[in-house]
Amino acid sequence: MKRFIADNGSIIVLLALCAYYSVVTLGEQHPNTPAAGQEVAAAILKDSSEQVTVVVITRDTVQDRAYSEAVRAAIETGGGTVLAVVNGAPTDARLALEQVGGAFSRVDAIATNHSASGWGPLKPQKLKTTADKFPGISGIKVFKPQSYTWPSFLTRENLVNVINQNAVIAIIAIGMTLVIITAGIDLSVGSLLALCGVTTAVAIQQMAGGADAGTIGLLGACLIGTGVCTLCGIFNGVMVTWFRVPAFVVTLAMMMVARGLALIVAVQYQSALLGGGTEGTPEAVRIEAAAFGWLGNGATFGIPNPILLMLALYVLAHITMTKTSVGRYIYAVGGNPEAARLSGVPVFGVLILVYAICGAMAGLAGIVDASRFEGGRPNAGEMYELQVIAAVVVGGTSLAGGEGRIFGTLVGAMIIAVIQNGLNMAGVASYEQKCVFGGLILAAVLLDRFKRK
Amino acid sequence: MRGVDKSFPGVHALKNVDLDVEAGDVLALLGENGAGKSTLIKVLGGAHRPDSGVIEIDGRPMEIITPQDSQRAGIGIIYQEFNLIPAMTVRENIFLGQEPGRVSIVPAGKERRRARELFDRIGVALDPDALVRDLTVAQQQIVEIAKALSLDSRIIVMDEPSAALSPREVEGLFRIVDELKSQGIGIVYVSHRLDEIFAICDHVTVLRDGTYVDSKPIGELTRDTLIELMVGRKLADEFPNRAVAKPVATDDNEVRSGLTVSNLVGGPKVRDISFNVRRGEIVALTGLVGAGRTEAARLIFGADKREAGTITLDGKELSIKSPRDAIASGICMLTEDRKGQGLILNRSVLENFGLPNLSRFTVRGLIQQKRERDAFQAYVEQLQIKVSGPKQRAGNLSGGNQQKVVLAKWLERDAEVIIFDEPTRGIDVGAKFEIYLLMRHLVEQGKAILMISSELPEVLGMADRIIVLHEGRVTGEIEDVKLATQESIMDLAVK
Repeated sequence: MKRFIADNGSIIVLLALCAYYSVVTLGEQHPNTPAAGQEVAAAILKDSSEQVTVVVITRDTVQDRAYSEAVRAAIETGGGTVLAVVNGAPTDARLALEQVGGAFSRVDAIATNHSASGWGPLKPQKLKTTADKFPGISGIKVFKPQSYTWPSFLTRENLVNVINQNAVIAIIAIGMTLVIITAGIDLSVGSLLALCGVTTAVAIQQMAGGADAGTIGLLGACLIGTGVCTLCGIFNGVMVTWFRVPAFVVTLAMMMVARGLALIVAVQYQSALLGGGTEGTPEAVRIEAAAFGWLGNGATFGIPNPILLMLALYVLAHITMTKTSVGRYIYAVGGNPEAARLSGVPVFGVLILVYAICGAMAGLAGIVDASRFEGGRPNAGEMYELQVIAAVVVGGTSLAGGEGRIFGTLVGAMIIAVIQNGLNMAGVASYEQKCVFGGLILAAVLLDRFKRK
Repeated sequence: MRGVDKSFPGVHALKNVDLDVEAGDVLALLGENGAGKSTLIKVLGGAHRPDSGVIEIDGRPMEIITPQDSQRAGIGIIYQEFNLIPAMTVRENIFLGQEPGRVSIVPAGKERRRARELFDRIGVALDPDALVRDLTVAQQQIVEIAKALSLDSRIIVMDEPSAALSPREVEGLFRIVDELKSQGIGIVYVSHRLDEIFAICDHVTVLRDGTYVDSKPIGELTRDTLIELMVGRKLADEFPNRAVAKPVATDDNEVRSGLTVSNLVGGPKVRDISFNVRRGEIVALTGLVGAGRTEAARLIFGADKREAGTITLDGKELSIKSPRDAIASGICMLTEDRKGQGLILNRSVLENFGLPNLSRFTVRGLIQQKRERDAFQAYVEQLQIKVSGPKQRAGNLSGGNQQKVVLAKWLERDAEVIIFDEPTRGIDVGAKFEIYLLMRHLVEQGKAILMISSELPEVLGMADRIIVLHEGRVTGEIEDVKLATQESIMDLAVK
């Protein structure tokens, strides 16, 4: 039992945090999904035996549109008539009601949702006064999805959102875990993310054909972006091994150089856009290819693509670390480089590989970031290196090297994400959050120390 | 010490152990590896907290929880790994932690005088202003002893003090021990070298498997009875018999000629070394510490950069640029420093075992862990390695079992040439014999073994041929070991 807790401490902490926030955020939930729309439609159809006439009223948001569309479709398949669909403001709702009330002799129901049901024109007494002028709606009833009590933290929407927001950090953390297992560190990941984003964006705009870029062109551009970051990682590795420069120093230098390069590329690109005469500004390099947004903003099987990419990379990394020679070598080099070398492990090769992987992961994260924002942002990923290191450390990897688990890092990243989300929900300001995170990292390391004793 | 008990997760390291040291007395603390000597010392030094038991000094019970408590109680511990700061001077190391005040100026002159006094007390001359990193191991040990004396220690514990010393330096150590004894200091002396025990100790306390076995004055013991006490059974011989006949020359003699090293040069210590090790024989590379034995072996194994010289195996020249190359060519090496170079202490024994052998267990890029575990388990049984399971951390094993894990890893590799650097350093008598037996077994299978050893009895007992080095050159070769004596080897070694 004691051992189980020691081995799975971070998972237990994560679950405890989730439980805590679930209790704290317990409250009324107002569903607004297409599924809820179908339920409302069913209730309307059931309420009236004759051919039912309905007005659908919601706000003008993406979700509300999907909701109202679901209601409309369900009413029509059920044999009812949808007289009007309003996606807009309360005044639009009033106008629509007056219109249908004047034009039709009988309007049975209003289908709406929680947010729109509170609008003035939909209030019972207001409806009554409107019905005096427009008798068509005198028998109208308001339907909305049933609300229920549930923690707002524990909704699918929130959880998916939390993970999605932190997928980029979690992806970089894979590479960082490998580096830290070899008793190294890589401070350049945040800058490499930006460098990759900018490089990929420029490659799409200038080489792959911009707005007309095809899939192969986009993939090629991504390959160029990650390739540049992988080369930077290899450079880090070569410096650490052949030239024996401490990893902290090499990657600190790379952090500055890569950030500088990202800014230079962005500025020059903007300058070229303006005809080359004027100096450019360090704005994001806009990517016009619409298909590129698929990775960062799209979803497959209802799960956002960044999460799927993150999970796939974690599974791959886990298999590499536990089931392949390379994984064993990485642990061995971190545990005792001299003993590893004398056992035939190509220590330099392993170290260079590890820094290369770290660079490549930062590059992949940069592509996700660029895709999400539809542009390569030269200022993206600032301070990410520290967030990533925090995730790795909280996940139980020892900075002394030789120990650590890939999925521990994922749990570590999620712990940080959940705490952040919880603090946001609780309305804690971002300055105060910084203090909390500082304390959290310290606590994680202390916990690790006690565990060892 | 009375009734000291200490448990670690999964191990009951000390069971109700007693220990008595009198002023002016040298007590030998003996036992096989894993018997609990190191744990007992760490309890005494405040590094481990005992679960129960009392420690009394001059009849007064002492509470020793931290290393500071131990120092205050007048106990000085000289661990195998010294606690010295290499970049500081001898004087600064001795008085580290004893500076008069936090912000006052360190009285260098006074310290220097006191350091000289301390060195005078133990009859050695050492420059108080020398940097510790420039000192030999023996000199560093003296600094540790002086440090213990500066704290007014009345009991000094030495954990295998002679392990890293040359025979000459060991004599110096004995003189110091005698000097301390005459000043009324009680000494606990831990060593595996029985000759030393008989030379300087007055009493012997033996531990076995964490329990107290017996305490006796040295006069009542013989070498054999002492070994019996330690291993709990009679030992027939210290060394296994040599093969009756050496492998005879065969038709493919040229092909099976084993390892030949010619004109090896590299680093400051290896000037020009040539020799060969035929299949089926154990060749000992000997000489004083610093003669270039380990350095030569490291060059052969590719651990250091070779400046000149060729290495051939069975007549074929090898291109060795790294240990990886050497291993691929069929050469492996068991280093003298197991903890620093032989094992990855924070990883499991299984991972250590698998490290050079992963290609054997890998199918389509994935390690077949069952196959690996089965292979390891076979060695656990064959070599009688005491492990709780394949997942046990290598760092938690005793010295003998660590050496067996290293052995298993190389045996699985099935190398043709095996270099043993100090194969039995820090290993108890019982396990020593097992390792000797295994070495014999290997040469009978036609392997070539190069053995480096500072212990002349071991060289004489095991080697089929002896090569003596002095200052990076071969100064002699003894073909017929029967004619060799410790004196004849020493004679070549100092030439």
